Amino acid sequence: MTVLFGQLFTGISIGAVLLLIALGLALTFGQMNVINMAHGEFIMAGAYTTYVLQQSITGAGLSLVVALPVAFVVAGTMGVLLEVLLIRRLYARPLDTLLVTWGVSLILQQLARDIFGSPNVQTRAPELLTGNVALPGGLTIANNRLFILALALAAVAALTLALRLTPLGRRIRAVVQNRDLAAVSGIATSRVDRTTFFLGSGLAGLAGVALTLLGPIGPTMGTNLIIDAFLVVVVGGIGQLKGSVIVAFALGVLQATGEYLTTLSVAKVIVFVAIVAFLQWRPQGLFTLRTRSLA
Amino acid sequence: MSIFRGRRILAGAMTLVAAAAMTACGSKTTDEGGATGVTADVSGDTVKVGLLNSLSGTMAISEVTVRDSIMLAVEEINAAGGVLGKKIQPVGEDGASDWPTFAEKAEKLISEDRVAAVFGCWTSASRKAVKPVFEKNKALLFYPVQYEGLEQSPYIFYTGATTNQQIVPGLDYLKSQGAKSVYLVGSDYVFPRTANKIIKAYAAANGMTVLGEDYAPLGSTEFGTIVNKVKSSGADAVFNTLNGDSNVAFFKEYKSAGLSAAAMPVVSVSIAEEEVKGIGTQYLEGQLTAWNYYQTTPGAANSKFVAAYKAKYGADKPTSDPMEAAYVGVHLWKAMVEKAGAFDVEKVRSASDGITFDAPEGLVTVDGKTQHIAKTARIGKIGADGLITEVWNSGKPVAPDPYLKTYPWASGLS
Repeated sequence: MTVLFGQLFTGISIGAVLLLIALGLALTFGQMNVINMAHGEFIMAGAYTTYVLQQSITGAGLSLVVALPVAFVVAGTMGVLLEVLLIRRLYARPLDTLLVTWGVSLILQQLARDIFGSPNVQTRAPELLTGNVALPGGLTIANNRLFILALALAAVAALTLALRLTPLGRRIRAVVQNRDLAAVSGIATSRVDRTTFFLGSGLAGLAGVALTLLGPIGPTMGTNLIIDAFLVVVVGGIGQLKGSVIVAFALGVLQATGEYLTTLSVAKVIVFVAIVAFLQWRPQGLFTLRTRSLA
Repeated sequence: MSIFRGRRILAGAMTLVAAAAMTACGSKTTDEGGATGVTADVSGDTVKVGLLNSLSGTMAISEVTVRDSIMLAVEEINAAGGVLGKKIQPVGEDGASDWPTFAEKAEKLISEDRVAAVFGCWTSASRKAVKPVFEKNKALLFYPVQYEGLEQSPYIFYTGATTNQQIVPGLDYLKSQGAKSVYLVGSDYVFPRTANKIIKAYAAANGMTVLGEDYAPLGSTEFGTIVNKVKSSGADAVFNTLNGDSNVAFFKEYKSAGLSAAAMPVVSVSIAEEEVKGIGTQYLEGQLTAWNYYQTTPGAANSKFVAAYKAKYGADKPTSDPMEAAYVGVHLWKAMVEKAGAFDVEKVRSASDGITFDAPEGLVTVDGKTQHIAKTARIGKIGADGLITEVWNSGKPVAPDPYLKTYPWASGLS
């Protein structure tokens, strides 16, 4: 029983990681339909930001707290630069966007290698986050996993509220639903695009900070994550956040259960088969955005 | 643009990513036949040797350090007058972490550059890819990394440890510490699977229980479930044959689950000084490793090696076991050539038996029959400073036994 609950929590925490890395993509890919292959490198930028900050801020806890907003801005700024310099010129050419951002991702990886060296770097986690909470029955829940779960949920809540309640959110939704109509209604769509891209890329930076608690910090860390992130958004359905949230947790629990009953490799196969089957049934993903636009 | 068009393109992109990943696993069959050896070109006052390491791709992290230490050995030998009066001229090639490329570059070094010997390769997959090339051309490869044993090519000298010089001593140490049960965690490819077969045979014969065995695909970084399984097994120790980035995720998860070196020690065979830096001592302090060399290994030969390496490549660069084995390989080749009095491959091979070298890891001796070297096994503990200090050694060099013929429990293997 203990193991069962332990596994359930593992599944939820895998889901939280998936959600965090996919959330930014749910904006840039899900809302703007830009296939940004360099999204993983924005995650990497967030992780390296934590590393750089730890060189000057020695307290592990403080540096992590400072790293969250700084990484958001660093990755967000990189995203805006990418949007302004390249993606904006290619909005009508998705295949070119894909190839260009793929190239950008390789360039960023090499840049990281030149600046920080090709071996992984280490960051110190605050002692509080390396421990765990003991529950009755011998069950333990890792603090870093709880932190990531909280961070993911907070990010979803903030994003949802921002999209629902703020004028900026209204503009973003208007552009997503019908770009032309939004433009003729006086919305500066290119400025909205830039802001959306900033938010989406910034969220990737946030994910990067969180991932320093779990995995390797190296030039190629982003490439390992990008496929999972796209899967979550595609299965969740484009143009909606709630789809990504539900799918991230569902895939996490499926992965953890499959892995417990079989092995990691087989569990991955189970997850991919489930995704293929699901997309045969609902090619548009879990939720679709109903719009009147003809696009 | 339509949503669906975007998705179709995305599917294409994912295929592209997957294909890029797959090429790393591809293999190439090398054509056999035309078995005439290519003789090395030693007509001038220099002798060419080939250096075949991945300078790009996923293995570059590790293999660049090996290339660096080979270059250090070459420079030392040249400064001391070369080999048989000829200066060594290194010819470098990039294997690019791609096994067919390794085979291609090996062929190029042997046939076009006509090198006297080649130093390099890291993964077993790359060694298996170049093996037929060296055998067909009757050329020499010096392979510097610990590996899964069960191999003995007449044209390869293995200067890293075989299983009875690393894994078996690791198990002996655990047994001497009173471990009655182990859990096996490894990456999903040939080395961990072979190593675990050997460990299971050892355990069965030595009254140890293997409580579980789990494999993660190379590059996997999600270890929640595996660590849960390890924890609930209540094993006395964990034997870790994970490779690369997976180690980082595994040890971070291990610590968050409340497991520690004191409660359940992990013996790793792929974590050397360089890897410790990338994982973080916060997560590794007190854990065990099995190798034949550490930067802290005592002795004048090692002080000289460490000082020379740091002077050339930077004070923050650690030295590790595979680097040391590569460095030793070059010096052993020089000694073999000088004993043979010629660069001719067959003469070098027959001169190899009994060659000794005062290596940084201690005295090593070439065993001409297996073409492996006798080396001292050392178990180390990772310290807070990121260096590894020895807690046990075999006392004397262990004779190589790639097929574990001298171990009765291993009779059912291979």
